[in-house]
Amino acid sequence: MKYAYFPGCCDHTSAREYDISTRAVCRELGIELVEIPDWNCCGSTPGHSTSHLLGVALAARNLALVAEMGLEECTASCAACYQRLAMANVEMQSNKKLCDKVNWVTGKPYHGGVRVKSILEIISGLQPEQISSRLVKPLDNLKTAVYYGCLMVRPKAVQVDDPENPLVMDHLLQAAGAETIDWCSKTECCGASLAISNEDVVLKLTGKILAEATRAGADCIVTACPLCHFNLDMRQKKINQVFGTGYRLPVFYFTQLIGLAIGISPDDLSFNTHFVDTRKVLELVG
Amino acid sequence: MPAINLTASLNDNFDFIMHVSKESGQPVEQCYQCGKCTAGCPIAFAMDFSPHRVLRMVQLGLKERVLQSQAIWLCACCSTCTSRCPRNVDLAQVMDCLRGLARREGIPLEDRARDIAMFYDCFLNTVKDNGKLYELGMMLNYNLKTRQFFKNADTGLAMFTRSKIKFLPAKNKNHRDVRQIFQRVKELEEKTK
Ligand code: SF4
Ligand code: SF4
Repeated sequence: MKYAYFPGCCDHTSAREYDISTRAVCRELGIELVEIPDWNCCGSTPGHSTSHLLGVALAARNLALVAEMGLEECTASCAACYQRLAMANVEMQSNKKLCDKVNWVTGKPYHGGVRVKSILEIISGLQPEQISSRLVKPLDNLKTAVYYGCLMVRPKAVQVDDPENPLVMDHLLQAAGAETIDWCSKTECCGASLAISNEDVVLKLTGKILAEATRAGADCIVTACPLCHFNLDMRQKKINQVFGTGYRLPVFYFTQLIGLAIGISPDDLSFNTHFVDTRKVLELVG
Repeated sequence: MPAINLTASLNDNFDFIMHVSKESGQPVEQCYQCGKCTAGCPIAFAMDFSPHRVLRMVQLGLKERVLQSQAIWLCACCSTCTSRCPRNVDLAQVMDCLRGLARREGIPLEDRARDIAMFYDCFLNTVKDNGKLYELGMMLNYNLKTRQFFKNADTGLAMFTRSKIKFLPAKNKNHRDVRQIFQRVKELEEKTK
């Protein structure tokens, strides 16, 4: 299996755990990722919020590059990048007028033909035995609150699973031996990019997510989105300060936990760059 | 909101209503104001007009008011409203379209809306220059523009100790390609204004 890989702008900075663990897990599971040469920012929320055309064009240039590579499938680890690339792909294929405009804007004609998949779809598309037969450190004692957020499950045209009760990531973690708890904030919004401009709003939303996960008895939260990860991990201290709480819930990318289960060392999965200490989880897993 | 003459508003702003329907691709007239969008909106508590009211303002042609609202900027693009609407209105797309319009019409923004728009600008400026987001440059610029020089400084330090900040931007080889995208979008949008 060979995919064009879009790492996203935070791959070496705020979301380094995700990029590092994605590459490590894919290598181990025989999924070949080829980085798209000279990829550019997908535009994220600021792009389409400023101009619809700009949002589609920034994403579409990357799709044109994938077509140039001669690959049919492309993947992104970041949920926001995935959503932007997948949305642009849908629009380029269904709206001829927009497609022509975008192609003039980018100067790199793209007329469809590439399939965009999130890394979650790709890894969860493996046979469960491909994971369960390779377990070195099954996540037996670990209770996880699997958190999907918004960008992978909405809107309908690009959703990877049900928008109210998605289960793909749950099944994947179960295959790795973990327990996945039932809880009610699976697809609640973390406030994402309002964090910089309106932190108070985001603290309220993320505070609620941490409260729900704690109430349901989780040892940690598992996500597939760098924005969710940053808001829940980095801001947890601030949440505790503002609301007088004492949460100490580590927040992982699903790729980090799958990697741990199949025997990749925690250092090679960037367990040591989190804001909330991850050692508690390592002790539980043994 | 003071009393409004709806007949006059509808007559005067018919173009606006048509424009929003067309540009967002959404059948705004289909909304029957059930309020399900608002019930599930995570940000409604902080909005001046809740999502179903924003949609109603579009239906009624209350152009100025809706374009000046805080709500259209506070919307976090989570698409919860979209996925739950019983009338298949993609309200998140409508919000997107209204933000774009507010921009192109040069609507002056205040409070939260101003900060959000400023953040988006700072983000995109680094993309325009480098082809990729340059997080540190974006933050410094945002602080400068909002005159909060030390805002998020604690975050910056914590990021630094975990090697999560880069001092120099990662630049695309063909960053001119990306600059051209910005230029051409502007050109097209000025033509159709
Ligand atoms: S959920 Fe749909 S129909 Fe109901 S008020 Fe919102 S936009 Fe209108
Ligand atoms: S997309 Fe915007 S309006 Fe809709 S539910 Fe999310 S935050 Fe609210």
